[in-house]
Amino acid sequence: MPVLRIPTPLRSYTSGQSEVNVSGLKISDVLTDLTTQYPTIKPHIFNDGGELRPFVNLFVGEHNIKDLQGVETPIKDGDRLILIPSIAGG
Amino acid sequence: MLPELSRDEILRYSRHLLIPEVGLEGQRKLKNSSALIVGTGGLGSPVALYLAAAGIGRIGLVDYDVVDSSNLQRQVIHGTSTVGKLKVDSARDKLVDLNPDIQVDVYNEPFTSENALRIARDYDIILDGTDNFPTRYLTNDVAVFLGKPNVYASIYRFDGQASVFYAKEGPCYRCLFPEPPPPGLVPSCAEGGVLGVLPGTMGTIQATEALKVLLGIGEPLIGRLLLYNALDMTFDFVKLKKNPNCRVCGPNADIKELIDYEEFCGVPSHDHEEDSAGANWDITVTELAERVKTNHLKLVDVREPHELEISHLPNATNIPLGQLAARLSELDSAEDMVIFCKSGARSARGLELLVSAGFKKVKNLKGGINAWAKEVDKNLPVY
Repeated sequence: MPVLRIPTPLRSYTSGQSEVNVSGLKISDVLTDLTTQYPTIKPHIFNDGGELRPFVNLFVGEHNIKDLQGVETPIKDGDRLILIPSIAGG
Repeated sequence: MLPELSRDEILRYSRHLLIPEVGLEGQRKLKNSSALIVGTGGLGSPVALYLAAAGIGRIGLVDYDVVDSSNLQRQVIHGTSTVGKLKVDSARDKLVDLNPDIQVDVYNEPFTSENALRIARDYDIILDGTDNFPTRYLTNDVAVFLGKPNVYASIYRFDGQASVFYAKEGPCYRCLFPEPPPPGLVPSCAEGGVLGVLPGTMGTIQATEALKVLLGIGEPLIGRLLLYNALDMTFDFVKLKKNPNCRVCGPNADIKELIDYEEFCGVPSHDHEEDSAGANWDITVTELAERVKTNHLKLVDVREPHELEISHLPNATNIPLGQLAARLSELDSAEDMVIFCKSGARSARGLELLVSAGFKKVKNLKGGINAWAKEVDKNLPVY
């Protein structure tokens, strides 16, 4: 089962979980699974059109899904996914 | 021609001279180079200290703030004796003491579209130690337009990100984040807090990267993003590519000059001043102190439960902002209501939420419980 890593700013929407087990064959499945498990995270990562918001990136391993096939990118068991939101503190 | 090192400098930098990757020539390169540090806060503190110690010949510091005692948990370039002083002056004094051989130029002004190109033009490298989205986009665009590397880090609670954005050789900040989050969605450190040592780690990484770029050694973080989590003690790296649709560094870029970054981000470029919901929706702490004497008012505290241990108002109902939308049924829209948080920013967003849900008799406490502690109940601590 792929594992999705949740950064601190989004953990308040995943009951504090730093990693969430997600299922699916491609990125869109995984995101649907995530927002089904944790509905309140949805507006923080998707816009009204259901696309990833421009200040959130999703990586499969080292690669941005934007550089692959977007939400159609296939994934397999054991893949490590990371959500990367923009933060500005300094 | 690189400048020579004096006898004293050779002794001072002897541990560098012993490393073949630096050596005498590298140290002379550092003496000949210049770095602009935007922000002398959590990140800027270690960046400035280490770059000064390393012998960067000229360091520029940009900040318009004064040292506050709440800075000292992480901003280690300042000290108790400099509380109330200009940050750039406090920082310069420390750097000159650490290394009197370097030149420190200070810019006691906000970094804006009006002055940024003029300030940054004469430096070899820019280090982004700012604390807000408008100044981060500004710093990126300045670096792209001037063709300079932008050594980036940002922090939140236990998370840090770092990269070297250098549009000549790789992606820029906008390639990764084309647009900022809408106001309020991502809390600032002033609202959400930050582990004090975190900017120490991330700022030290920035200083490391700056030295590597200036020396031309190693593998800088160009085209890579470092993700650090202090709680899990994990370092992850991901690859960044140039975004072909990037509006500042892509082939069809349409942003050719600096823009209004506060408008672009929808927020002012500050991190910690009092926030307001607009004059019609605000109530000041002195007005509230008068009102509670005669009227019944429902007080709604939208801070996190652990903040109530620091300070609280009696009879206030605690509904953390993140739960407000789901707990509207606990509130009566017919009742006069005052919503508050630490300093007024979160409650302003709470007020928006309430107003959009049809609440009309609600006011936002300007300056939050901190303003109450400063002006009404001085027994309460300010945090």
